Amino acid sequence: MNDQTPISREERIEKLQGLGSSRKRVEDARFTQGAGNYVDDIKLPGMLFGDFVRSPYGHARIKSIKTEAALAVPGVLAVITAEDLKPLNLHYMPTLAGDVQAVLADEKVLFQGQEVAFVVATDRYAAADGVELVEVDYEGLPVINDAFKAMDDNAPLLREDIKDKMEGAHGPRKHHNHIFSWEEGDKKGTEKALADADVVVEELITYQRVHPCPLETCGCVASMDKINGKLTLWGTFQAPHAVRTVASLITNIAEHNIRVISPDIGGGFGNKVGVYPGYICAAVASIVTGKPVKWVEDRIENLSATAFARDYHMTGKIAATKDGKITGLSAHVLADHGAFDACADPTKFPAGFFSIVTGSYDIPVAYCGVDGVYTNKAPGGVAYRCSFRVTEAAYLIERMIDILARKLDMDPAEIRLKNFIKKEQFPYNSALGWEYDSGDYHTAMDKALASVDYNALRAEQEENRAAFDRGETRNLMGIGVAFFTEIVGAGPVKNCDILGLGMFDSCEIRIHPTGSAIARLGTISQGQGHATTFAQIVASEIGIPAEDITLEEGDTDTAPYGLGTYGSRSTPVAGAATAMAGRKIRAKAQMIAAYLLEVHEGDLEWDVDRFQVKGNPEAHKTMKEIAFASYNQAIPGLEPGLEAVSYYDPPNMTYPFGAYIGVVDIDVDTGVVDVRSFYALDDCGTRINPMIIEGQVHGGLTESLAIVMGQDISYDETGNIKGATLMDYFLPTAVETPNWETDFTTTPSPHHPIGAKGVGESPNVGGVPALSNAVHDAFAHKGLTHTQMPHDHWRIWKTAQKLGLTD
Amino acid sequence: MSEININMTVNGQKIEASADPRTLLIHFLREDQNLTGPHIGCDTSHCGACTVDMNGMSVKACTVFVGQANGADIVTIEGIAQADGTLHALQEAFRQHHGLQCGFCTPGMITRAYRLLQENPSPTEEEIRYGISGNLCRCTGYQNIVKAIQVAAEELSVKEAAE
Repeated sequence: MNDQTPISREERIEKLQGLGSSRKRVEDARFTQGAGNYVDDIKLPGMLFGDFVRSPYGHARIKSIKTEAALAVPGVLAVITAEDLKPLNLHYMPTLAGDVQAVLADEKVLFQGQEVAFVVATDRYAAADGVELVEVDYEGLPVINDAFKAMDDNAPLLREDIKDKMEGAHGPRKHHNHIFSWEEGDKKGTEKALADADVVVEELITYQRVHPCPLETCGCVASMDKINGKLTLWGTFQAPHAVRTVASLITNIAEHNIRVISPDIGGGFGNKVGVYPGYICAAVASIVTGKPVKWVEDRIENLSATAFARDYHMTGKIAATKDGKITGLSAHVLADHGAFDACADPTKFPAGFFSIVTGSYDIPVAYCGVDGVYTNKAPGGVAYRCSFRVTEAAYLIERMIDILARKLDMDPAEIRLKNFIKKEQFPYNSALGWEYDSGDYHTAMDKALASVDYNALRAEQEENRAAFDRGETRNLMGIGVAFFTEIVGAGPVKNCDILGLGMFDSCEIRIHPTGSAIARLGTISQGQGHATTFAQIVASEIGIPAEDITLEEGDTDTAPYGLGTYGSRSTPVAGAATAMAGRKIRAKAQMIAAYLLEVHEGDLEWDVDRFQVKGNPEAHKTMKEIAFASYNQAIPGLEPGLEAVSYYDPPNMTYPFGAYIGVVDIDVDTGVVDVRSFYALDDCGTRINPMIIEGQVHGGLTESLAIVMGQDISYDETGNIKGATLMDYFLPTAVETPNWETDFTTTPSPHHPIGAKGVGESPNVGGVPALSNAVHDAFAHKGLTHTQMPHDHWRIWKTAQKLGLTD
Repeated sequence: MSEININMTVNGQKIEASADPRTLLIHFLREDQNLTGPHIGCDTSHCGACTVDMNGMSVKACTVFVGQANGADIVTIEGIAQADGTLHALQEAFRQHHGLQCGFCTPGMITRAYRLLQENPSPTEEEIRYGISGNLCRCTGYQNIVKAIQVAAEELSVKEAAE
């Protein structure tokens, strides 16, 4: 047997391709040959297509819906409206945030693009023809799209369906357009710190409404097998098990009769966490017709109706001493949730983990409060490549620190170093109640400053400013510094659940007789490369090469229950479950090895891929040999086979961090911002696959560039969405995207089995403040304190003009 | 609506079919020919996920009626590898250099790069970036895509020199 070939210990480790290996991805063979299997690739016999009639109005009463002409179109089989769903009690569905959302508009439409009727036809062209011919008579109503006016005394009532319900999911509602108030921290203590401070800075900082816009839109195929009573749902689901449970609760179909499958997913970034009307309508249409029904939204529908992100109006106040030591922080948020509160947050956290807003700093006292309001905009409120509302919090604190530095005439790097939580303070209890697991911020920041030669950059900037004032250049140079701390890996079941489902995750590992394996997880990859990286965790834990391990996710009939992939939770939670399942396998393997080697278990030690007798490594059994023995030998006291499952309830969140420094050159006459260089140092604890980590950082930084420089889902005063196509909504091409420089430090999480923290979302969280700070820094010496994103050419040119810099 | 007759060569194979004249090439390829490699990512010809090669040019198959492709020679991602299964240098380089993540843009991106390297066998980084600017990727930030295309260009020129 090959196992007997003597190879060195290093070669054995190398062969595993376990933790730390830049193993090439196993997913790539199919994706590079066009053999991926995405939801729109699914084709079933007799499959029908569904398409929506959507509201052209931001706010209107529906006076009538006429479907006769649509039904006369060849191929159109049905037109479903709210009236058809009411007898089934399916015209509203519960949202993740404890609100309800109209599946099809019930008497009123509340945002442009809202679902009004669902046309079912034999092909997508006939369905589109049918959509054109459904006649809806609307009576326009006054629109609210300014969150600051939502709670005016005379503001129109948006949600008639809950007008008498003044007790919301998170306490009393103050106004008919109010959703919730939520607060954390010491309000009085913070007010005192602000009153007693040498210096106070205050700023309204808006993080505009954006959209995750994965390249694949949302969609599903629903197939009701009437004979067996089983409903199968293929879809773009970031949380397939949660979809199954919610579908069961909504439809009253027993959960064992629902099978949810997430096939390959073409990017998620939070867009595919929610449950959308299309899923419900496709399922209803399949139940009614007995045929499979496909619904796939187009890009305009995607940008206008499923899952916006941010839309936070944040007022920050920092109290500090005159030498720059922060003594208190206050933050209030007016949160625009659109027409239905469909935010994807753990149930007890209506503003997500926004209370991470104290950031990386040792701030003695803090307070934050959030008020959510309804407006005539699309529902959503997902975490666009970040853990729940963490990027909003990071943007606020990192902008505020820069504003404070400017006020005190201090360097932005220096003021951060002065206020960082120190290495010896970890685990650190923040003023807003979080226990930061580990960190070494000073080391990371020092490495970043040295790597970019920060002092030289500042010297160059001084020269640039002088040259600009002499009229020798029309470019201004900006240096953006950001240091972020994330809170990811939701989360401990004691305080994290979604609709009552605890946010643990899971892994099941089965070892086959010949020593290869399959692992199944409750998560689902959308490009993160789980099939590659989770196999690496298993490889390191049980000593079977990663290439001999199949990894499977996304089928609720086969995978153990888990809450899915978002909020950088896969590695912190499912990754931990994977390691723990591996350790259970190893524990049984040790007993088998002891029997085979005729020694006591305690006399054995684990070494890479085998158990060996302590002091006599020649006497050993490899995992491959142990696996075979587990299937073919009757071992006293042990069941046959070798498999294990772990459901992991994390004891705490993980807290990845990083230091980002970006340099921009801004042409004041055109407003064009050129990102000259960008350095990103990430500390995500133990690194599983450095190649994949770097790829994730590149991608996340590019998304942050998109948000800072152009993404904006805005509405005009009559409720029309501006920017609902890729004509207007900014996705950077290869031309606008710079090269990103990545770096790292490694501070393992003390409570995670392998010390990993998660990384996929860090670059979005840190990239936004770093780039925005760079833009502000370019104009800081000319008196700019703050200007709202996006920093597109027109807005930058306006800023330059206001500062008197343009010709 | 009466259907029209369609004759074209797809990945080296002659195809005869009939289709509703308003059928888009992308739907014809994906739904009638079961070539689901090219994807649909937008409605406005911006994303390039549907890119195929038509008569030696990169086209966005969402913006071409099937009738306009009548008589054409089409290559999709499914036809990029050699008949014996040997991967094209681009397919190999994308994997080696982590030029993809979710994989949704990948078929269009590789198909575009396949034509780009025939138009310009040794492009500079800037030429590659301009050359693929009609194809959007939301995952990679393009850096590794550009690297993969550079490496593939070198591989192909070495191969050509050897032949």
